[in-house]
Amino acid sequence: MSDRPLIIGGLVLFLGLVTFPVWYNVAAGTGARAPALARPATEKACVAPRDYMRTSHMALLVTWREDVVRRGDRSYVAYDGRHYEKNLTGTCLTCHDDKAKFCDRCHDYAGVSPTCTECHVTPMTR
Amino acid sequence: MTIDRRQFLGLAGLSALGFATKPSLETIGRQLRAPGRRWAMVVDPKKCLELDGCTRCIAACHAAHNVPPIAEPRHEVKWIWKERFERAFPSDQNAHTDDALKSKLLPVLCNHCENPPCVRVCPTRATWKRDDGIVMMDYHRCIGCRYCMGACPYGSRSFNWDDPLRHMGGVPSSDYPTRTKGVVEKCTFCEERLAKRQRPLCVEACPEGALVFGDLADSTSQVRELLRARHSIRRKPELGTQPAVYYVI
Repeated sequence: MSDRPLIIGGLVLFLGLVTFPVWYNVAAGTGARAPALARPATEKACVAPRDYMRTSHMALLVTWREDVVRRGDRSYVAYDGRHYEKNLTGTCLTCHDDKAKFCDRCHDYAGVSPTCTECHVTPMTR
Repeated sequence: MTIDRRQFLGLAGLSALGFATKPSLETIGRQLRAPGRRWAMVVDPKKCLELDGCTRCIAACHAAHNVPPIAEPRHEVKWIWKERFERAFPSDQNAHTDDALKSKLLPVLCNHCENPPCVRVCPTRATWKRDDGIVMMDYHRCIGCRYCMGACPYGSRSFNWDDPLRHMGGVPSSDYPTRTKGVVEKCTFCEERLAKRQRPLCVEACPEGALVFGDLADSTSQVRELLRARHSIRRKPELGTQPAVYYVI
């Protein structure tokens, strides 16, 4: 039983060392921040509410892709009744025209690398 | 509920009959349904050859669809190209066929067959036949196995051994996606233009009107009138693929 202080002290030291990066970043104020995205200057409304687009734009794009390629259905009626063409380069990227400051910043932050723009090119994305 | 042997055999027989007649009933159902569009092309080789060395149909297609010029024949990307008569129609000639005819160049493209062998072999359904007859490609789903290339008797499909963008001079057109390395590509009868009620680019680009596009299901269409008025041949009819590209002679 005389080892108790030694064991507890060791555990505390171990936990302190393991969580050191977290404490260090909190203390230095260098914790990860959400990326600053360049929003379109001209257009205020997207094809779906902002919260939905933030979390589920990839699902929307996959649905559009299946609709256009496999079913030939090219028109989209948005939540606010506006009509859009289901077209990544023709609809999305005309407003979001800076891929590096919009798509890439967030994808880099989230650690995902979608392959859309390997084929869907615009003068801005190439 | 109990069931005796006689009833059981009766039910089993009825079920078997149902399963056996399902395919034929489906076929009948398909034919009874209102006939939709059936896109087809009629090529008039005589008109095409009046202007020697013209490749405007090819240029228009390739520029709009981002098809790169690759000289190496094993790597070239094929949507529409020119083929000598003797190679396009190997069974339509004999030892005495005129040499001038044999070496005549004809525009050839995907035949959008009624019975496409490429579709039958595709393991991922990346290529399939639409109701309007177009043999479509879904590049997102293509795994690059090249079974379709082996199945196509017309060489109308090509595999991207390399990123086609590397062979494109200049900036690609942003109106049409490029394709990646590792997928098979082909002509799609300009389905993106048909959706906007426009004719295929090769048809619009031809200064001679040698390419005519239209709906086979419409008996008053220009293609049907041409096919009624003139004798037509199709590539390798003996294979039973039923091409939708006709050549009138």
